[in-house]
Amino acid sequence: MIKFLFKGLVRDRSRSLFPVLTVMFGVMLTVWLYSWIKGAENTFIESSAKFSTGHVKIMSRAYAENASQIPNDLALIGIEELLKNLKKKDFPEFIWTPRIRFAGLIDVPDEYGETMAQGPVAGLAVDLFSPRSPEKEIINLEKSIIRGRLPEKPGEILISDEFAQKLNLEPGETATLISSTMYGSMAVKNFYVAGTVRFGIAAMDRGTIVADISDIQNALDMEDAAGEILGFFKDFMYRNKKADEIKAAFNLRYSDEEDEFSPVMDTLYNQNGLADILAMTEVFSGVVVGIFIVAMSIVLWNAGLMGNIRRYGEIGVRLAMGEDKGHIYRSIIAESLIIGCIGSFLGTALGLAISYYLQVKGINVGSLMKDASFMFGEVMRAKITPVSFIIGFFPGILATLLGASISGIGIYKRKTSQLIRELEA
Amino acid sequence: MKRRFFLNFCFIGIAVIGIAVIGRAEVPSGDWILKQVDENIGSDNKIAVTQMIIHGRRGSRAIKSKSWIQGIDKSFTEYLAPPREQGTKMLKLGDQLWMYTPSTDRTIKISGHMLRQSVMGSDLSYEDMMEDPQLHKIYDAEVIAEETYLDRPCWILELTSSEIEVAYYTRKVWVDRERFVILREERYARGGKLLKTTEVKETVRIQNRWVPKKIVFKDVLKSGKGTEFLMESIEFNANIPSYIFSKAALRK
Repeated sequence: MIKFLFKGLVRDRSRSLFPVLTVMFGVMLTVWLYSWIKGAENTFIESSAKFSTGHVKIMSRAYAENASQIPNDLALIGIEELLKNLKKKDFPEFIWTPRIRFAGLIDVPDEYGETMAQGPVAGLAVDLFSPRSPEKEIINLEKSIIRGRLPEKPGEILISDEFAQKLNLEPGETATLISSTMYGSMAVKNFYVAGTVRFGIAAMDRGTIVADISDIQNALDMEDAAGEILGFFKDFMYRNKKADEIKAAFNLRYSDEEDEFSPVMDTLYNQNGLADILAMTEVFSGVVVGIFIVAMSIVLWNAGLMGNIRRYGEIGVRLAMGEDKGHIYRSIIAESLIIGCIGSFLGTALGLAISYYLQVKGINVGSLMKDASFMFGEVMRAKITPVSFIIGFFPGILATLLGASISGIGIYKRKTSQLIRELEA
Repeated sequence: MKRRFFLNFCFIGIAVIGIAVIGRAEVPSGDWILKQVDENIGSDNKIAVTQMIIHGRRGSRAIKSKSWIQGIDKSFTEYLAPPREQGTKMLKLGDQLWMYTPSTDRTIKISGHMLRQSVMGSDLSYEDMMEDPQLHKIYDAEVIAEETYLDRPCWILELTSSEIEVAYYTRKVWVDRERFVILREERYARGGKLLKTTEVKETVRIQNRWVPKKIVFKDVLKSGKGTEFLMESIEFNANIPSYIFSKAALRK
């Protein structure tokens, strides 16, 4: 029976080509759009985790309240002991690394040691020199070098390339950091610029320096202190449920509501409004698929109606020959199922191919992100997930079935008594 | 009878008007009071050694400095303690600020907007610390009330500036009626927002002037318990060599 219907579809292109193309195009769009949204979400999560939030982050309770202002005066003290416990005793399944984010001015001297150029800077202090430090890999330092080299000894920094060019600062020159110590005093320290970097994240590339955490602890009077301790799953895949469990366990053990300087842990989803943004993308994905199903159903319903009008005579003959209305309706449904399967398969394959290309190559959206203050990579890529394989396939079949079911109802309205008159006409 | 009544009426009327005029004359104008304040504390220049005790959320710390101040345009400050700040010098000429730190051996120009930023995490801005303004030249003053503050009779003056660039558009000051020293102050932004308060806790007599010895500054926009500003010594109309107000002095 299926073979018979299939032959009919292949031989009558007007019954197959347009519906198949419609389904294929819709499914392709759905797969591509879903993968694109997932890619954007993934880029956002990854950039935020690596440069700002970690998969989990430990701060002092007071710091956490105003984390967006980077209040280093409220930083965690006694981090060596805490890190030792985290790594060896409490949560060895995580990678733990301390960080200090800070703000200040970078001042470039002239030959007399007086100010030649100056600009506001956001600083990131990470562990650059410990042999087992994961930071170079986490923030992808080696691949981000544009000019010069990585810092090799204390007192050396990296500066974002765009910012260095603005200040006429070359690798090998000295720059002075002016900031505030943990206790509010003025902090001034000279650094040797080892190289320039470009992370591909507008918020980082506008004006950032990367320094070793010991240098910044020294400059900002933060001995054995850090603003944040970031934790990462060892496979760098974020799992919200597990992160929530770790958070609950840590806060139960270490956090004290009465002590504003006691440590508190938060998960990636709970920082920087990430949960809201991700919930929004989920809703957006749902809306895209929903709109697709509704629009495709309407298009295919219309196509089915047109097909049924064109096949008016054929159906009439079949009815006149005694074929059961239900049988005809079921055969139309079966035909639509075949069209849906073929269209969905082709659409999914095409959507995946486009998504794969965009996953590998990506699209540079840097010009749109120039003034972005959040962590988002300039190269936006699609991401193929297991859901990408089915997100368009089943709605594609469903839409065709819906279209055929609605348009096929007309069969039941035909009156057998009028068939001969209709055929004569 | 009628004539006598008329004379009595005139006498009482004149007496009432006289009392009113005399009573009114007892409260001098706000501008006059402000001039007296400036005359008490103002001088061509001054050299002061001060200490700031900054009470933050994590504890308190003290910073000692010596300042050479001439009006609102010229000021030179050298930090004496703690060791981390010792030797740091700042020079303010007009709206430009330079800083020298011995650890970097650099003379760094700080942009003008920094003048309104906190000095070393305290509740004072660079303008608060490094300027010696003559208030009567910047503000129009009006007496709005009288009050006793720290057992001293005070006039409460409302100062309003006609200048655009001024840090505090309006101020409410409590002026000691006998010593012409400001004992309490509220400083407001142009939009009426309270920015800072000061409270004088102790005054001393130096060179025939009443000088606040201990002032508590509170930047109301900051958390913390405020900054105690202690005047350890002050010399009015001192002999300040002109090289002090030069960039060369920063490296000396």
